[in-house]
Amino acid sequence: MLQINNLAGTRGERLLFKNLSFAVNGGELLLVKGRNGAGKTSLLRLICGLATPETGEILWDGESIANIRSEYFRSLVFVGHDNSVNLDLTVQENLNFHQALKGNPSAHSIPEVLERLGISRYLKVPCRFLSAGQKRRVALGRLAISDARLWLLDEPFTSLDERALDAVKNLVIKHLDQGRLCLATSHQTIDWRDSKVNEIWLGDVS
Amino acid sequence: MTRAFGALLKRDLTLVARTPGDYTTPVIFFVVCTTLFSFVAGKDIAVLKSIGPGVIWVSALLASMLSLEGLFRSDYEDGTLEQILTAPAPLPLMVLAKTLAHWISAGLPLLLISPILGILMNLDFNSTAILVVTIAISTPTFSLIGIFGAALVISQKKAGMLLSLLTLPLCVPILIFSVSAVSAAADQLPIGGHLMLLGAFFVFTLTLSPFGTAGALRIMLSN
Repeated sequence: MLQINNLAGTRGERLLFKNLSFAVNGGELLLVKGRNGAGKTSLLRLICGLATPETGEILWDGESIANIRSEYFRSLVFVGHDNSVNLDLTVQENLNFHQALKGNPSAHSIPEVLERLGISRYLKVPCRFLSAGQKRRVALGRLAISDARLWLLDEPFTSLDERALDAVKNLVIKHLDQGRLCLATSHQTIDWRDSKVNEIWLGDVS
Repeated sequence: MTRAFGALLKRDLTLVARTPGDYTTPVIFFVVCTTLFSFVAGKDIAVLKSIGPGVIWVSALLASMLSLEGLFRSDYEDGTLEQILTAPAPLPLMVLAKTLAHWISAGLPLLLISPILGILMNLDFNSTAILVVTIAISTPTFSLIGIFGAALVISQKKAGMLLSLLTLPLCVPILIFSVSAVSAAADQLPIGGHLMLLGAFFVFTLTLSPFGTAGALRIMLSN
């Protein structure tokens, strides 16, 4: 379970949000909403441990994430704005690398899950030759092959077509059904069926 | 943990193998730069012989600067670095994997070509051997110093110049002891002390650089 207490976020000298507190329990999806520049990405970067909060704390299973870094990193997958897809490597090599980075052996079942994302045909193709949407699918393919408990998704649906969007949505729903957690920023309105969905709105602090 | 180390090393080497320019350019630069000096020295072989080790050394140092700028470039731009920072393996270990990959792709080719340049500069066999030994100990040190510099300038677009300004002064002690080892050997003096100092510099940077670089990366990527 993820708990945020009195968190403040800044970008440069500017305060984006303060006194932000919420909790995400197993099986829940939290959608972070807000206008452009409201600090959605900054919040995600704080939660995934890339940035250190100036005030407030982030607890994972009751422990501050600063104290259990390695264990926390093992249980999270972060798909940011950038795809983390190396253009000179093939799709397969990219996925294997990310898998190994999390300390997992190369997944033997990669093609099966990627079938649904529609990238299994391109496994041997260098990512340089893929379109923006296809690269995004490769990035999201990391979700399909992980068994991490917490997914942090920053605008996961950008440049995806309807079929891929559906595949990702199903991935998230399946993930939630297993009692795991997901945090996502998104502008799209999506039907999450019977999954438990909460929303927070990052607004102005003046 | 070792899996992540191996995966990063393997990936970086694969990438280098796919872009041959990355490892051939420093070598060509090394050869061209050294050759230029032999033109300047004119027909005086004694001059060539006396400046030879220094010239080869400075050229090697400059050549190893060339590949530093791109060390984190693509990983920073495509977001892979964020993934490396949020990997369970300790960051200094990942830095070490990148340093090793950098040395294999940028330092090792210089080491392999240096005996030929020694002959070109009319060094005798003994001096050439010592030269190769000093380059073997010191190129890993360059990689370790360089990766720290590269991490500090990671967010700068055109960082080459700044990077050289940051790292070259740190390499001066290594330069001094390497070149004086070669000239001491030419004068039949003991060189054990020089080599031990070079070894000490290597161990010193090996212990500090991965942690320093890891800290620099965390700071640079935190906003």
